[in-house]
Amino acid sequence: MVVQSTAEAITYPAVGAELDIEGVSHAFDIDGATLPVLDNVNLSIAPGEFVALLGPSGCGKSTLLRLVAGLEKPRSGSLREDDVRINGPHPSRVVVFQDPTLFPWRSVWDNVALGLEAQGILKTQRHRVDAVIELVGLSAFRNAYPHQLSGGMAQRVALARALVNDPKILVLDEPLGKLDSLTRIAMQAELVALWQRKGFTTLLVTHDVEEALVLANRVIVLSDRPARIKADIAVQRPYPRHRGDPYLADLRKQILGLLGLEATW
Amino acid sequence: MSTYSVSDTTAAGSPRAAVTFSNLSGSYGVGLAASFVWLAFGLSCLYWPDVGDWSRTESLGIGAIVIAAFILFGTFSADYLGSAGQALRKRAPWLVAFGAFVTLWEVATAKFAWLPLPFFPPPQSILEVYTDDLPKLLDSVLASIRLQLGGYLIGATIGFITGVSIGWSQKIGYWVHPVLRFIGPLPATAWLPIAFFTFPSSWSASTFLIALATGFPVTVLTWSGVASVSSAYYDVARTLGAKPSFLVLKVAIPAALPHVFVGLFMGLGSSFAVLVVAEMIGVKAGLGWYLQWAQGWAAYANMYAALIVMSLLCSGAITLLFKTRDRLLVWQKGVVKW
Repeated sequence: MVVQSTAEAITYPAVGAELDIEGVSHAFDIDGATLPVLDNVNLSIAPGEFVALLGPSGCGKSTLLRLVAGLEKPRSGSLREDDVRINGPHPSRVVVFQDPTLFPWRSVWDNVALGLEAQGILKTQRHRVDAVIELVGLSAFRNAYPHQLSGGMAQRVALARALVNDPKILVLDEPLGKLDSLTRIAMQAELVALWQRKGFTTLLVTHDVEEALVLANRVIVLSDRPARIKADIAVQRPYPRHRGDPYLADLRKQILGLLGLEATW
Repeated sequence: MSTYSVSDTTAAGSPRAAVTFSNLSGSYGVGLAASFVWLAFGLSCLYWPDVGDWSRTESLGIGAIVIAAFILFGTFSADYLGSAGQALRKRAPWLVAFGAFVTLWEVATAKFAWLPLPFFPPPQSILEVYTDDLPKLLDSVLASIRLQLGGYLIGATIGFITGVSIGWSQKIGYWVHPVLRFIGPLPATAWLPIAFFTFPSSWSASTFLIALATGFPVTVLTWSGVASVSSAYYDVARTLGAKPSFLVLKVAIPAALPHVFVGLFMGLGSSFAVLVVAEMIGVKAGLGWYLQWAQGWAAYANMYAALIVMSLLCSGAITLLFKTRDRLLVWQKGVVKW
């Protein structure tokens, strides 16, 4: 199952799952008209990989994430996690949304405990909640209510709420999009550290080319709606990466070109 | 926390306010005035002959002087009485105003009869009701509370469950919405004649009416509360492995609770109206019935006495509801302004 034994966690294994997206197309019905959003997307992600999805605004990136999370079913094609077809949400694939969407009536601790409580295993697993709050550095705020937190702290709680489930795939939907630039840079580093430590497969949607290049092993560039895969770029650089790295700057130029923004470079 | 307590104890050593002449006109002044007004009220009762014959004038006068003494004592020892002393200081202006009002009332009725007498009884005749007619009044209070509590709890429970059901399930909503739209806006009192001959007892009929008056606003507001919960909350809970029962009990209901309390508040208000009407018309007990009975005997002092008790009960019930809300919705502090 999802639950990792503590012995495994200490040896930092690659706990990530493989994710296969095969021939996935999806559309929405809006006022009787069909609006295609995904067009035959094929993508295979290896266990433990950190993949960033880049694309123009409104191209269908978030829709793809909702399909991976199991919140919606594709019109055609299939998604598989470790060769098991994704039919609905499962705590092995947890999403962190752009808004932290913390439950305002629950304290930080209770928000983080949400997943374990929903799965009915909170009573025996309370230490996991404490550990993950410690991990994101919010132990002093465990009893605070969400409205007492800053934007960065709230997003860290949302991250902790996802990580407490020991996900095999962490799905990030522009989780740093609304943070100020300083908090953002700090949290990017934290995210990489967490990913390296835990070994989950990560799928990150972002509209920030630099963020994708600093964080991911692989950057997938999507086309305008309906989204198709335009490019699949490997980022072969060790962590921690430097923003001024000429290799990254070169890739950035290339990606902006793919997005039709070469003139701005 | 421990670091704060150290500085707190040093701060507590600051000098207490001493009684000085300048203080008499400041923080003690209002308390002194209150004490003086109540003393004047007491003395006017005791040493000014009444125009009529009331047996409790003397007790009222003594009572007022005792109150004046308490205010005087409280004013000068407020610093040593903790929160009670602070509360007294805060309410001192009200004590002045209220003391002046009862003095004026006493003078205008018992002393000069400026107000026509049987209809505007003096304070001592209301005191007389509380002392001499206490058993009957208490019985009425208990009967009202019992009826109100039963009807309100039933109505609130059914309204809450209905509201959650139709907010959650479109199928249930399909059947319940039209019924709610058709029956809900009808004032519960319009059911009175039918209720009193279809139900086995006037008590069960009144319970039904109170439940009805409570149930409608609770249903509508619970429903709108549940329906307006952001779908993002459900998405988050579902990806974390929540089953439908968890979504209802741990997401929809807590998120809707602020709305539910608005419904409970509105339901309480309309159920009071139904309670009094039902007691006046059908049930032979309770404060509504007491009012009716007092009017029949032209016992105007009893009517005022019952009205005062009734208003204390109603405001007490609303205070209780607010306290419950403050406790349950403590997370809202800082999010919204009450």
